[in-house]
Amino acid sequence: MSTETPVQTNRYNLPDAKGRFGDFGGLYVPETLMPLVLELGEAWEVAKNDEAFWAEYHSLLKHFVGRPSPLYFAERLTDYYGGAKIYFKREELNHTGAHKINNCIGQILLAKRMGRTRIIAETGAGQHGVASATVCAKFDLPCTVYMGALDVERQKPNVFRMNLLGTTVVPVTNGNGTLKDAMNEALRDWVTNVHDTYYMIGTAAGMHPYPEMVRDFQTVIGKETKQQILELEGRLPDAVIAAVGGGSNAIGLFHPFIDDESVRIVGVEAAGHGLDVYNGHAASLNGGRPGVLHGNRTYLLQDDDGQILEGHSISAGLDYPGIGPEHAHLFATGRAKYVYTTDKEALDAFQLTSKLEGIIPALESSHAIARVGELAQDVGKGGIVVLNLSGRGDKDIFTVASAIGQTMSGM
Amino acid sequence: MTVARIDARFAKLKAENKAAFVSYIMAGDPDLETSFNVLKGLSETGSDIIELGFPFSDPMAEGPIIQLAAERSLKAGTKIAQVFALASRFREIDADTPLILMGYMNPVENMGYPAFAKACADHGIDGVIVVDCPPEEADGLTDALDAADVALIRLITPTSDEKRLKTLVKRTKGFVYYVSVAGVTGVKEADAQSIAGAVKRVQDAAQLPVVVGFGIKTPERAAEVARIADGAVVGSVLVDALAKSLPGNSPIETKVLETAGILAQAVHNARN
Repeated sequence: MSTETPVQTNRYNLPDAKGRFGDFGGLYVPETLMPLVLELGEAWEVAKNDEAFWAEYHSLLKHFVGRPSPLYFAERLTDYYGGAKIYFKREELNHTGAHKINNCIGQILLAKRMGRTRIIAETGAGQHGVASATVCAKFDLPCTVYMGALDVERQKPNVFRMNLLGTTVVPVTNGNGTLKDAMNEALRDWVTNVHDTYYMIGTAAGMHPYPEMVRDFQTVIGKETKQQILELEGRLPDAVIAAVGGGSNAIGLFHPFIDDESVRIVGVEAAGHGLDVYNGHAASLNGGRPGVLHGNRTYLLQDDDGQILEGHSISAGLDYPGIGPEHAHLFATGRAKYVYTTDKEALDAFQLTSKLEGIIPALESSHAIARVGELAQDVGKGGIVVLNLSGRGDKDIFTVASAIGQTMSGM
Repeated sequence: MTVARIDARFAKLKAENKAAFVSYIMAGDPDLETSFNVLKGLSETGSDIIELGFPFSDPMAEGPIIQLAAERSLKAGTKIAQVFALASRFREIDADTPLILMGYMNPVENMGYPAFAKACADHGIDGVIVVDCPPEEADGLTDALDAADVALIRLITPTSDEKRLKTLVKRTKGFVYYVSVAGVTGVKEADAQSIAGAVKRVQDAAQLPVVVGFGIKTPERAAEVARIADGAVVGSVLVDALAKSLPGNSPIETKVLETAGILAQAVHNARN
């Protein structure tokens, strides 16, 4: 595949020099971090225009990660809904079981270039933590992963994996003990260890240049998809759909299709207990408003006084009160539509996909699956919909078992 | 008043050859009534400038002591409007001690810059520190604060090189806050040797008084800083003293004010 091209831009070619996607993005960090973040921006500018950098990145994606990931026709799910053909982009088949590794490969190469000797990361579901731990093991760099205490509890298998890979996992008990709190703690570590530490952010959010950089490492998903669907169907899909927490798997799929106006772009937020339940969901776009958190201006879940809400989702990876600034921009401009899925609907989709396709999807991806039927029906027979199956669900079996158990005992 | 109130305070201290003792407390920790008593007491026990923290749910540059203070304040239901009301109440009993609001961007964004700046001016706030608002993102806020004659006070850190320093001192008023360690509040101790050179650099670049904070825990260290800078900022020690008084029967503010008094004296006598 001709993936050796430099980073792809599209008609809107954002962010601008200030890291802005329209009204969103930017660089809101404490002064101690500013020189580091600016230095990172400069290093990224050099790397992204360096073919040798991308050659190494793609070589690792091929031989270490196992790319390209297949584009798979989900025939039984398609029959089940009776609409457009549903394809899965099989990111769950990547090494470490999710799309997160695409980004970690890119960032560890950048960290090495910058001479950093210590890596820190935050994680929600643990997928980014495992991917970070994996590349740190491979490149022999010490790694500390901050993880909310609640998430440590609900994602035990991933905590064990990280430990096996030689990473120190620090449980964070502040707040609700979820992804937001882990990110706060990672930032505090970074402020304290500015001289040697590289902060490997796991999603296309945070301060510039992370939203751009993480996107550019994840667009391999969309670029492959485009090529594969042209090979398989001879045309572009009618719609692409992906779950959105911070939004890295989604922007990775969406970005190469933004200029293709015939392609509908659909993001799926986590609606937890329901959008009408105060502080009971994690749908920043559909249930939040713009503000500033973790280095960027974006849509946030917040109260009337500008305090950030914890939010809720059964999926640890989507349990975050913000969203990447490029999604905020796509939402504001209307180029992408954002819908939402409740915990219950995601659990149903998780089970349905396991039974119909022989694939146990991550709870994160299950949020997208829960909306793909309507989309396929709306597009109609003869159409094509591509869904990003961003991660595998093995890590979620305890959460799901417990949730199903509760449901059954309540019946 | 506002910016002029800060300038007047530094002019007075300079005439007396004293450094400023700058104290910090979190508004609403553990409730607004206590905060008022602490503010009143701080001004009586020698605080030359008071930084009043407004709580934020995600204070990413704070160490555990001030994080917990913000949590207590929010748990008590503190709203930013009440923080402004607290400032007004303080102004009724003290017309001269500069009051600096310190916090994070989102509550400011939420109010809107002009409304925030106006509220500062209306309630006797003289300066504002927004931890996660670097110069690159500060134009809108600075315009609004300038219009209201409220100083935007910048944090300068050990990671700020010469080029960065030039960016940082633009559009700054009142004074500059030198963060003496790279880290979160209240954790690491500053090294007085390394601070002296940095303070001089910042004074030269800013042409404003430079106060030093982060990591000042003892009267000895406060005095050392007072000899090399225009002021010493103490926050976590006071907030910690308050936290430790919470379960007791005596008034919560007693220990805080006692600590503040000792530190203020150390700062004021440092150059004798």
